[in-house]
Amino acid sequence: MNAALNRFFDGDVWHSFRSSPVAIMAAVIALVCIFCAGFADWVAPHNPFDLASLELMDARLPPAWMDGGTRKYLLGTDDQGRDILSALMYGARISLFVGLASVVLSMVIGVGLGLLSGFVGGKVDAFIMRICDVMLSFPSILIALLIDGVGRAMFPNAHDTLAFLVLILAISLTGWVQYARTVRGSTMVERNKEYVQAARVIGVKPSRIMWKHVLPNVLGPVLVLATIQVAAAIITEATLSFLGVGVPPTSPSLGTLIRVGNDFLFSGEWWITIWPGAMLVLIALSVNLLGDWLRDALNPRLR
Amino acid sequence: MTTPLLEVRHLKVEFPTRRGTLLALDDISFDIAAGEILGVVGESGAGKSLTGAAIIGLLDPPGRIASGEILLEGRRIDNLPYEQMRKIRGRQIGAIFQDPLTSLNPLYTVGRQLTETITTHLPLNQAQARTRAIELLEQTGIPAAAQRIDQFPHQFSGGMRQRVVIALALAASPKLIVADEPTTALDVSIQAQIISLLKSICKEQGAAVMLVTHDMGVIAETCDRVAVLYAGRIAEIGPVAEVIHRPAHPYTAGLMGSIPAMDEDRERLLQIDGSMPRLNAIPRGCAYNPRCPQVFERCRVERPELAQVGLTRAACWLHAEVAA
Amino acid sequence: MTGNPLVEVRDLAKVFDVSPPWLNRVVERKPKLFVHAVDGISFAIERGKTLALVGESGCGKSTVARLLVGLYPPTAGSVSFDGVDTAQTLVGSGALALRRRMQMIFQDPYASLNPRWKVLDIVGEALREHGLISNEDELKARVADLLQSVGLVAADRDKFPHQFSGGQRQRISIARALATEPEFLVCDEPTSALDVSVQAQVLNIMKDLQRSRGLTYLFISHNLAVVRHVADQVGVMYLGRLVELADKANLFARPRHPYTRMLLDAIPDIHMTGRARTPVQGEVPNPLNPPSGCSFHPRCPLANERCKVERPALQQFQGIQVACHAVIEGRD
Repeated sequence: MNAALNRFFDGDVWHSFRSSPVAIMAAVIALVCIFCAGFADWVAPHNPFDLASLELMDARLPPAWMDGGTRKYLLGTDDQGRDILSALMYGARISLFVGLASVVLSMVIGVGLGLLSGFVGGKVDAFIMRICDVMLSFPSILIALLIDGVGRAMFPNAHDTLAFLVLILAISLTGWVQYARTVRGSTMVERNKEYVQAARVIGVKPSRIMWKHVLPNVLGPVLVLATIQVAAAIITEATLSFLGVGVPPTSPSLGTLIRVGNDFLFSGEWWITIWPGAMLVLIALSVNLLGDWLRDALNPRLR
Repeated sequence: MTTPLLEVRHLKVEFPTRRGTLLALDDISFDIAAGEILGVVGESGAGKSLTGAAIIGLLDPPGRIASGEILLEGRRIDNLPYEQMRKIRGRQIGAIFQDPLTSLNPLYTVGRQLTETITTHLPLNQAQARTRAIELLEQTGIPAAAQRIDQFPHQFSGGMRQRVVIALALAASPKLIVADEPTTALDVSIQAQIISLLKSICKEQGAAVMLVTHDMGVIAETCDRVAVLYAGRIAEIGPVAEVIHRPAHPYTAGLMGSIPAMDEDRERLLQIDGSMPRLNAIPRGCAYNPRCPQVFERCRVERPELAQVGLTRAACWLHAEVAA
Repeated sequence: MTGNPLVEVRDLAKVFDVSPPWLNRVVERKPKLFVHAVDGISFAIERGKTLALVGESGCGKSTVARLLVGLYPPTAGSVSFDGVDTAQTLVGSGALALRRRMQMIFQDPYASLNPRWKVLDIVGEALREHGLISNEDELKARVADLLQSVGLVAADRDKFPHQFSGGQRQRISIARALATEPEFLVCDEPTSALDVSVQAQVLNIMKDLQRSRGLTYLFISHNLAVVRHVADQVGVMYLGRLVELADKANLFARPRHPYTRMLLDAIPDIHMTGRARTPVQGEVPNPLNPPSGCSFHPRCPLANERCKVERPALQQFQGIQVACHAVIEGRD
């Protein structure tokens, strides 16, 4: 393990990271967000979902630096007295969880199908690629709405957990096509390389070759794609929640918060919707920048 | 004594990396006379392609010329600004690279690429340029040149494409051609055709050639003189027949011995143990000393300079000792 | 031919379908396209000997290599290994046992080793796959032995391919091929991508191993000088067919087929003996559209009307085998 760590820190990727201020800043911001989201229970100044701790008297307070704001609620409060800053952290947690889970599921489906498609070729390849084409011709939000609607219709009294699962499934089904296509291309290249032929000459079974030989060599671009897709997944989730068909209202994500705050935008209480929006942008931007840096760092031709 | 066409003096090319600066070419000096064919031979990593790239001014950054001079007809070209170097490239110096597939732009016809080069460097109009282009294609042995001039590169076979590349290099009648492994990607029978074409057409046009290759056979057929590179330094330089039949440097002798010959049967090929040192691990003294069968103490300490040995010059203490 | 050969190939043929996709064919009315990469080849290799196949690009020698080792099934003809038909065995229960006895070495030292695997896993894969070792320690010991037999050290087994030079990687390939103690090695241009001095090292190792282990080689190359050094028998291929098959001494001293002569003439004269050379004509034609009759006739100085129409068969002639009307008729 030590040897592997040493190799990493000695390598070009780490060096490229250290010499890119954008990458470092993006990583720091992303880590801070993830930390706050993950440890919201301890880091957040208030618990906005503990109904007992809410004080209606403190509703609609502006951020601390404006007239009428207090240090107790740094970014202001919403119409029920919930601290916006804390709501951001809890909301980010939901958003990140849903985003990451859907990306992982997307990856599993996409990489699996792409590997199969590229390795086996022929009719299997044609079939899977046609499915990809069909999926790409639908706008992703519509697909998510469709699956969500079907889910609700099938389980009208669903628990929150089920709602989450349906949501994660919906978002991952919009994103897997990218992985499948990328991996299929790389697999077709690797399949013709001589180390694969050598394995066939030894007598290794095709499934084992696909899994042990080809897969490790096609994962590079997948990592970059995944990083960028996390941002896309978070935004998709936010859109769905904004439309009211995303996460259940008891666990508001950033999208829900934006929706809730939208109603108060024109009465001048801008902070209820703007802060969640800014947080969303910040997370998506930092993850995207990290993905950009990673793609350049992993590209052997640019080194 | 007339000024040589090309003079390279104490050229050093380095690559700054984050782990330190690597010296890829370490004090190379040689001349090429007008109309002469000089071969530059060496194994991978010896620096022969870098020499060509430095002369044409196409070193890939971060590689750069650290010190030394390159003079074309007595004038320095290594320190010229980009625009001036661009004018020299094509007009005075032509280039032929290894892969004919990527040397030609697949989106333009062969004729367009030729006439573009011609009109850029010579004061001819389009019609005159086209006539000249057809002439060049005929000279390089492309049948039905007047029709094929309007075809695209993918419609030519590998050998034909390389002929087009040669025509392109000679389009503006340069005085020097730098050819980097021009026949390596071709079949053996085509290689023979291209080599003889290169030789004859350059003699005809009076162009000098710097032929960079790893293939000693090609050198034997084509060149007047040859320089043997090892680890970024010249090990030996001299007339081709001398270097091949009476090599003065142990590396050249080892190289000639490892080549399987067509005219004798040997049980085992002569083998040089080990491999060329990496750029960050060049031994002290003579770079060849860890592998040399005739090494002695001085070789490990002092780096030898090129010294005259008979008709060639070799960088080896064996001969300096004898002379001393 | 003395004794029974280890490998026997009869009328071997392989056709690749390179037709445009079905939709294009239907809409644009394009015909189906086929490449006869290997077009009826027959030869035999004796135990402990080396047969070299030479030819230029498109002659099909690499396809022959892959057919012999079972990477493609033949379209026609047969390959027999030790008297047993390989095409049938490889789809049956005896496949693994057969694979143990023949292995392959590839041309590109950079693509023939999995960049993500350690050398230990690469060389030991066959041992694991065939169940030839019982535990990890035994694997490490066997791999160390194999690495040492090709001139590397035991410690190299924990490294990755990118830490080695081209010549060293090719040695690792050889070590991998030797893991199951095969009798037959197919070598597809094993030294073409290597420098001359490294090539000498690898060729010497291969010769030593042949002597010490009694290996039989099929050696594919385009370099006649290398072939001269390693082969006992040489077959010259052109556009999927064997044009000449002879033992080494005969082929180089008295080449009969015009193409063989052209190839030998094309070799640069490194010792500058100043021998007279006939200029070489033309290029290898497109394999999708081979010439009729003898496929060499457009470039042949001896071609007559018969050559344009009738394809010459490989026949015995004065101790060698040659496929040429001019030679058989005594016109050369």
